[in-house]
Amino acid sequence: MTADLAVVGAGPAGLAAAVTAAGRGLDVTLLDAAERPGGQIHRHPARGPVPRPVRRLTRRLRGVTHLPAHHVWTVVRDGDTWLLHCVAGPDEAPATVRARAVLLATGAYERQLPFPGWTLPGVVGAGGAQAMLKGGLALPGRRVVVAGSGPLLLAVATTLAAAGARVPALVEAADYTAYARRLPALVRNPGKLAQGALHGGSLLRHTTRLLTRHAVTAAHGTRRVEAVTVARLDADWRPVPGTGRRVPCDVLAVGHGLVPQLELATGLGCATRRTPDGTPAVAVDGRQRTSVPGIWAAGETCGVGGAELARTEGEIAALCVAGDASAALARRRARLRAFADAMAAAHRPRPGWTDWLDDATEVCRCEEVTAGRVRHAVAELGALDARTVKLLTRAGMGWCQGRVCGQAVARLAGEDPAPDRRPLSCPVPLSQLAHLPEAGPEAGPAPEAPAPEAPGAE
Amino acid sequence: MKPAPFSLTFDGRRLTALPGQSIAAALWSAGILAWRTTRHGGAPRGAFCGMGTCYDCLATVNGRPNQRACLLPARPGDTVTTQEGTGHDG
Ligand SMILES: Cc1cc2nc3c(=O)[nH]c(=O)nc-3n(C[C@H](O)[C@H](O)[C@H](O)COP(=O)(O)OP(=O)(O)OC[C@H]3O[C@@H](n4cnc5c(N)ncnc54)[C@H](O)[C@@H]3O)c2cc1C
Ligand code: FES
Repeated sequence: MTADLAVVGAGPAGLAAAVTAAGRGLDVTLLDAAERPGGQIHRHPARGPVPRPVRRLTRRLRGVTHLPAHHVWTVVRDGDTWLLHCVAGPDEAPATVRARAVLLATGAYERQLPFPGWTLPGVVGAGGAQAMLKGGLALPGRRVVVAGSGPLLLAVATTLAAAGARVPALVEAADYTAYARRLPALVRNPGKLAQGALHGGSLLRHTTRLLTRHAVTAAHGTRRVEAVTVARLDADWRPVPGTGRRVPCDVLAVGHGLVPQLELATGLGCATRRTPDGTPAVAVDGRQRTSVPGIWAAGETCGVGGAELARTEGEIAALCVAGDASAALARRRARLRAFADAMAAAHRPRPGWTDWLDDATEVCRCEEVTAGRVRHAVAELGALDARTVKLLTRAGMGWCQGRVCGQAVARLAGEDPAPDRRPLSCPVPLSQLAHLPEAGPEAGPAPEAPAPEAPGAE
Repeated sequence: MKPAPFSLTFDGRRLTALPGQSIAAALWSAGILAWRTTRHGGAPRGAFCGMGTCYDCLATVNGRPNQRACLLPARPGDTVTTQEGTGHDG
């Protein structure tokens, strides 16, 4: 059977697209690696109550074939249709879906910048802590410092505090006054402002100190984190000497914003662009078409911008697949995208963060490659780019395929991170690779669209 | 109505988990933050990204090594053991 549209990812973007397309009479298949729909923001326990926005959408999923626990690891062209190859369920059984059009709504994952002690148990991703709390009702400790950069930290600190954790400090490397410089984008989004104020209010009640232009530059402990060093940063995110203070805690929840999940798109040869925080994202036109005909993309895989933007893009994409368009949706997209760009520019990591690293800091967690070895490869062995560093040190060659350290290794090699290009989107049992049809997509090199003028650049 | 808790074991120790929790969430709830040692340095690791990206949370579950504890739903009677190194050298 051939679906009119296969949607990969059941977050806000994918759900909105599936519902909209089905409403237009299209035959839609919706796949997601997770067991439950909703994506990252609407994580919820398997047996617990389903969050209202998800309920509202899933109720309308009638007519949509929903395939949960299906991780799509590659998409290949087959005549004038697409084949989506998946591993399904806990037994990693092979499954294939055929469709005339494909929408990639694979979302984003958290950006991590290494620092001494970040491999200690108790140091966890901020988004991950949020996801484990929402999805598993689990807290890794009681006294949690939240640190890094980006608006997600506010949400994380609020959720943790509401769940009973004490959050002594929220440490933000950027400066919110950077938003003010881009006020025109802000005032068109009063809803965003209100949301920010709300977080601020509940945090104040929980006696959390908000420290902007500060960073956690080291975590301390032997078998687990016991304290962190918080230092003031200069404009380039270099720690100001003499400002380091020790803050005791039993958990550090850390993250530096989100980066789009691109593997399936780059595997298909879709063009990418750079968002104002220097991160590659799938390039799409005003109707969410990628550079590859028959492939659409929506949500944070096209650039991080929050759930409302993701939903809007999902609807636009679905309408386009159905041969329709909406001027109102296009206007809403433009307004939300402008805000997202302003935020991305404000929280763009500045190059001075590499001063947090001592030579013994592990940059690649999987292969246990230290900053010292990466620097040696660059300075002594003449590695001029992240690729060569990887070949010389194995940084980025472990289980996670460089998803965690890729950004950091690129910076240490003196470049901006390149678009993800992993052959497979998840480790696939070898037996399934053997059955892959040989004709792949015309996987020519994915062109990188000219970078838009980075508004944050001084 | 609250769903009924059930039990599993970690390195022989009995833990209680709630239906719907991942293995990692069940371990965190019991105050356990590390369930793997690295191949080279033998350093302790547990869940880091919490969303299936980093592979730091690998555990041996019911004898099967290299399971991502943050994604794998906990089931009654599961036997979780600390994974040493690659998980394949016994
Ligand atoms: C860890 C984390 C926590 C977050 N917490 C919050 C929060 O508390 N509040 C907030 O406002 N925002 C939060 N965000 C941001 C929020 O998730 C986004 O704004 C919004 O969910 C984006 O929607 P989306 O549909 O683009 O992607 P997502 O919601 O990320 O959905 C993408 C979906 O695609 C699936 N997927 C990815 N790749 C594949 C594949 N190859 N095969 C099959 N399925 C795949 C994933 O399982 C996921 O369900 C969080 C983000 C992350 C990463
Ligand atoms: S904690 Fe990162 S994959 Fe499980």
